[in-house]
Order: sequence, then structure tokens, then C-alpha cells
Amino acid sequence: MARVVVDVMLKPEILDPQGQAVQRALPRLGFAGIADVRQGKRFELEVEGPVDDAALARIHEMAETFLANTVIEDFTVKVESTETAGASS
Amino acid sequence: MLPSSGGRPPYPRAFDTVKHASETPDSEQPWKELGLKEDEYARIREILGRRPTGAELAMYSVMWSEHCSYKSSKVHLKQFGEKVPANDAMLVGIGENAGVVDVGQGYAVTFKVESHNHPSYIEPYQGAATGVGGIVRDILAMGARPVAVVDPLRFGAADHPDTKRVLPGVVAGIGGYGNCLGLPNIGGEVVFDSCYQGNPLVNAGCIGVMKHEDIHLAKASGAGNKVILYGARTGGDGIGGVSVLASETFDAEGNSASGTGKPAKRPAVQVGDPFQEKLLIECTLEIFAEKLVAGIQDLGGAGLSCATSELASAGSGGMRVDLDLVHLRDATLSPEEILMSESQERMCAIVEPDKVDRFLEICEKWDVIATVIGEVTEGERLEIFWHGEQIVDVPPRTVAHEGPVYQRPFARPEWQDALQADDAGKLPRPQNGEELKDQVLKLVSSPNQASKSWITDQYDRFVQGNTVLAQPEDAGMVRIDEETNLGVAMATDGNGRYAKLDPYAGAQLALAESYRNVAASGAKPLAISNCLNFGSPEDPDVMWQFAEATRGLADGCFQLGTPVTGGNVSLYNQTGDVAIHPTPVVAVLGVIDDVNRRTPIAFAEEGQLLYLLGDTKEEFGGSAWSEVIHQHLGGLPPAVDLDREKLLGEILISASRDGMIDAAHDLSDGGLVQAVVESCLRGGKGARLVVPEGLDAFTFLFSESAGRAVVAVPRSEELRFTDMCGARGLPATRIGVVDGDAVDVQGEFALSLEELRTAHEATIPGLLA
Repeated sequence: MARVVVDVMLKPEILDPQGQAVQRALPRLGFAGIADVRQGKRFELEVEGPVDDAALARIHEMAETFLANTVIEDFTVKVESTETAGASS
Repeated sequence: MLPSSGGRPPYPRAFDTVKHASETPDSEQPWKELGLKEDEYARIREILGRRPTGAELAMYSVMWSEHCSYKSSKVHLKQFGEKVPANDAMLVGIGENAGVVDVGQGYAVTFKVESHNHPSYIEPYQGAATGVGGIVRDILAMGARPVAVVDPLRFGAADHPDTKRVLPGVVAGIGGYGNCLGLPNIGGEVVFDSCYQGNPLVNAGCIGVMKHEDIHLAKASGAGNKVILYGARTGGDGIGGVSVLASETFDAEGNSASGTGKPAKRPAVQVGDPFQEKLLIECTLEIFAEKLVAGIQDLGGAGLSCATSELASAGSGGMRVDLDLVHLRDATLSPEEILMSESQERMCAIVEPDKVDRFLEICEKWDVIATVIGEVTEGERLEIFWHGEQIVDVPPRTVAHEGPVYQRPFARPEWQDALQADDAGKLPRPQNGEELKDQVLKLVSSPNQASKSWITDQYDRFVQGNTVLAQPEDAGMVRIDEETNLGVAMATDGNGRYAKLDPYAGAQLALAESYRNVAASGAKPLAISNCLNFGSPEDPDVMWQFAEATRGLADGCFQLGTPVTGGNVSLYNQTGDVAIHPTPVVAVLGVIDDVNRRTPIAFAEEGQLLYLLGDTKEEFGGSAWSEVIHQHLGGLPPAVDLDREKLLGEILISASRDGMIDAAHDLSDGGLVQAVVESCLRGGKGARLVVPEGLDAFTFLFSESAGRAVVAVPRSEELRFTDMCGARGLPATRIGVVDGDAVDVQGEFALSLEELRTAHEATIPGLLA
């Protein structure tokens, strides 16, 4: 099985209240020097069968219709490993 | 010279100044892309005596949008200011952020309903959430503490797949934002009709309470006073929301119909942060308490363009603003974008110079960013600077109030006569008890008549501990003084089916129902707000509906003695050429001296007598029965008799105050049987009903004649109650008794409460959960 990762981030112009809350907390916890924080979501998909164009197209569609809300979010799809999942960790 | 970010309108990076505009009168400008018409652009050039700068064009385009300028509706809305009934409760009328009414004991209440229809279709959760945020800031800007919200909602067919996308998102957004703010959601409506399929209606209302002396107005006066922008930082969200999103028709794919035909860019979605809003509320109330502001305005649609131009034009002088001082979330924003941004959770205050330090201190305490961005000037111009250069130099009134006004052509639709001639009275009726029973079950389990608790349970109704009535009661009610138990009630109603059949009567029926709901709870109706949802004003049929509905509402308010304190118009609610049903939603606010005297809907005491108040006629046009059983819409809506509504209201309020009734439920869509079933289920007790003489069982159960209510009277009060009705001339017919565990219509059928509860409560979760 192969792992495909879908990263979902709020579009740059969209307010990210969670990211802002993290950013506000950082200096209170003694972490200086961070100008901005944006928080996103990462989906790790273990794909059955080969990760060919058809499979990627399906994942793309999945991301577009379900994993990401494309009205306010962008996403990227990348193939992380074609090895058996779990072997690397 | 296009900006690098693909999602934004094409503004030149090298910014446009007043000087540059004078030197280059013939530069092409994107007025069309910004939603302006050719003659409007020409008018701006005429006002300024030159071409507008990019920033000026941005401001005019958003402020002259339908959403902000009311350019198509203004000529009709005038009536609300002209047909004002004598009513000494009115403290602040139309034109401010929200109207204010006196509720006694030194308290004033401000309330308003607004639409967030288009954003909620595109992004249901955030659209609905920011709708709540926006109306709460409107109320806050009047000086009041927000105490409750209500949400009248309309969606497409309940079983349509897209409803399953839109409704849960909208409901979660309202709940998410409102619950985080700690505001109880005490009322509203949920209606399904396929006419709202591509265009759901998400209206949001808010009630705020203050003392009389705390009323604040949106004006900037006193030269030298500082302009302070505070709240969230300004980002690139919601740019052009009012002009591109809320003021145009979407085609079937949801794309903007004007412009080039390519898919509309959708930068207009905003994401709200309710915790930031909560800080803004507490911070602002502390600032009010220390009397630090001379004028205040919330930032909603059209953002800073709206706030600066409205504040300046309501004041005495001009205003000078330095845009470089605005705190940005995105440093690459152009001045045009900063002026048009609809970033949420922001307010703008006018503060005397010696109070600025204290103002900023309070903001700091609440972790709210605040910046002095300019000052009130002696002049009469609104001047805005960017990098030291002047980019805006306009008379503020021309932006805020002297926009275009259209006398849109309107005409009675050709199909109106045929629709009204298609009488619902001719539809086949149930012939026996068995058929009646079957249709009652169908009615109470139909999506529109079914219990909405699956939806309203997602809202916090009792937070703050002052809610005394909430859904599914006729009206929401909150206590506003814990010593005296003074309270206010609000109901919102609208019936697009009635309004489609006759917009004049439909608007009055919405008013009458809302008025009746408030009176049934025991509160005295004082004033109204409205949210007028219609199709495209460029369609003469729609414009006729709008003209008729506003005329009906203004006449009705005059007759009932409840002035319009303000409201909101939402046009272009249509998909392609098909407009929604005309949907005027009316919110009536009432006051009750002691909330312990309220009247609930529940039939809770066995042996109490049920009385039907008012006259029942054969009126089925637009009825729930005609919809559920025959999928029919035609004929005339029920006749309106506002004098009767007033009398019924007085009786309900007196009976509540003097303890003559223990329950009351207004009769509206679904008729008597719907009301009785709801009251029985609410109280967990059955009812034995007898069809009164002169009525057939079908008309008795299903007619939707207006001006009626059903009440439960303790036996000891029967004589006193019927004497009062007799003396005042209100028909009161004894129709049965609270008894048993079934709704038993004698000689016709009986339905156990268990069967009714399953039918009534399973529908909505079945469709949506």
C-alpha cells in the first residue's frame, strides 16, 4: 500500500482564529520571534492498489468534495511513499 | 502590473492618487467589474468633477450597491417613515444601526433583523455564523448589551440533497457563533420550500438592552476628535461582499450573472471569530460605561468604506483618515482592498482627544487591537491618505446617503390572476374520520409542520439564565431585570406562500402572526423590525411584489400601532430567472411587566377548558393542508382583519395578566389541529375536542383563518374569561377539554399522543441527521 498525503490550509486571505490563538499563546509561553501562525489539516491516506493517475484523480476529487472546503481552503496532494505503509516508522 | 495574488481584483500596484486622477482623466477604470452601472460611474465623475481614484471607486461601488444603498427599495421603504402610528415607546427610529424602544423602568430595547442569505448559500457555516456576528455588532453599536438572538431560516425542499449540505452548516454556524458568545437563541423559524433551493434565506435577529441614557449614535462630530478602529485586524476577506455577492443574481451554477460569464471569484466569504467578538462586546460595553465615545459604528458590509462615510456624513464636519495606520493581517493589501474588506469583529469609534488614552487602555485590557486612524476635521470632506498621498477626497454624504435612487418599473404579474383563481377550496377534502386522521398525521409530520427541536436543540437557549420562553413556544421571552422581572418577548414570522398569492395581504399576515404570537405569550407588542427577502428588483413582477408587500406592511403597522424601527432588504434572491416567493419576515417586539405572568403553549392541566377565540371560515389558499395533501398553491390567503388582531391581542394579554388562562397558542399554518397537537405534546396531556355547531370537522381542524388562538382556561376562571370576551365582542367558542392521552375529535377519530409524537418528532432527524 502507498501513502498519499493531502494537506489542507485555509486560503491566505481567510481569517484563521486557531492560528491566531496559537500565535498569541507563543510569547506567553516564552517562544519569541514568530510573526504569524496558520494552522491546517493533514490527511494521510493509505491507498489500496497502485497510485496511478486514476487513483490520484480519485483522491483529488475526494479532497475537493470532502476533505477540503474549497470555498475557504486550498489543498495539495502528494504521494509520500510507495512502500508498505508503516515500514518507515 | 497585476498583483501577485490570484484571488483579488486587478488593482494596479502603484496606487492611484487624487492628483494622479486629475492628471489622467481618461484612464480606464474597472467600474463594471465592481458592480457599478455606466450612469452610476458617470454620476461619480460628475460629483467629483474628475475621474474617481481607485480607492474612491472602490468606496462608491460598495456603498452604492443594492445591499448598502437600498437604491431600488428606498422609494417604497419611505412609507415606514410616513405612516408612523402614534407610539410614545419609540426612542430612535429608522436610519440608525438599529431602532430603540422604551420598555419602561428606565430600560430601552434595541432590536433588528438582517439577512445573510447569499454568503450562507456559498459557505453555510461561516455565512450563517458571520450573520449572527454582524447583527450582534449592530445592536452593540447602539449602546446596548446583546441579550438574545433569533434566526428565521428558509431552505429548499427538505428531501433535496443540497438542503442536507446547506441546513446543517447554517444551523451549526448559528449555534457555533451564538453559543460561543453566550447568547441564548430564543426563536425564529425553519421553513422548507423548493423556491429557496438555490437561495436559502438566513435571517438573523438580535435584541439588546440598555438604560435610556446609554443610547449611542453613529455620528462623527467635534473637530479634533479621534477616529479609532478597534477589534480584529483587517484582512483580505469579504472584499466586495455587498456589491458582488449580495446585489446580483446567481445563475444555476452559483456564478455571478454579470460580467464576463466566467465563474465568479469568491473572495467574499468571511470567517468569523466569536471569541474575538465576545472580547469586543465586553470591551465596548466598558468603554460605554465610562462614557468615552462621541459616536460609534460597527463594521459590517462595505467595511471601512461604510463606517467612515456614514460616521462623517452623520456628523457636522469632515474626516481625515490615514490608512497606513490600519492594523493589517496581510501586509500586501492595497488601499482599495483595505477600504472594501469585510473582515469581521471590527468597530469604529469617535473619541475626544483627552479620552483616547483611557479608551486604548480598556482595549488593551481586553486584548483588543485599537488604533487611532484619523480625526474629525473642520471641513466637509472625507479625506483618506496612503503613504502620505491623498487617495480619497469626497463629500461623505454622496458616498453614504446620496447614492442612486431608482424608480424601478413594476407591474402586477400576468400570472397573478390565474394563481388567485386556482382556488384551494375546490381541492378534494377528507370524507370521513379515517381520512381526517390520516391527513392530520401527514400534516403534523410534514417537514414544515414537524418539530424543529433537532435544529433548535443545537442552539443554547438558556445560557445567561434569563430565558423564560424559547422554541417551540409562540414567542421567545427573556427577563431583563432580575429584581422586577420585567421582560421582553420577540416572535418572527413570514409566510412566502401567502405572500406569493397576495403580497399586500401576505405582508400583513406575517405582521399579524408575529403580533399574535407575542400577545399569546402575554407580552404587549410595541414595535417591529423586518427583513424583506425578494427576487431581482430588475424584474417588474418582483418589484410589484415588493411594492405591494411594503405598502401592506406600512398600512398594517399604522393600523396596529406598532411602528417599524428599522430593518433590512435582501434582493436578488433568485436562481436564474426564478425568484423566491416574496418573503417579508416580520419581527415583533413586546414587553411584559412580570415574566412570571407569561403564557406558555403547553396544555398541562387535565380538566382545563379549551376555547377557540376568533372566527373560523373556509380559508385554505396557501394553507399547509393544501401544500401537504395536494402540493397545491393557489387561491387567496386568509382574510386580514387587523382590528380583530388587536382585540385578540388585548384579550390574550389581559387574560395572561389576570391569570384567566394557563396556556395559549396562536393559530396559523396548519390551523387548529396543528396548534392543539403542539400544545398537547408540549404539556404531555391529551385533548377531547368537539366540532362546534356550524362548522364541519375539516374546516374546524385545517382552516387557516387569521385572528385566532386556542386557550386553556381553568374551570374556576371560565365565567370571568367568557364574560370578558363577550363584553369586548370577541367570539369565544368552547371546543373541548384537556384530558387523557390522545387528541380525540369526538365522533371523528382519535390519535394517541405517542403516535402523534413519533410522527411529529421523527421527520427532521430522519431527513437531516
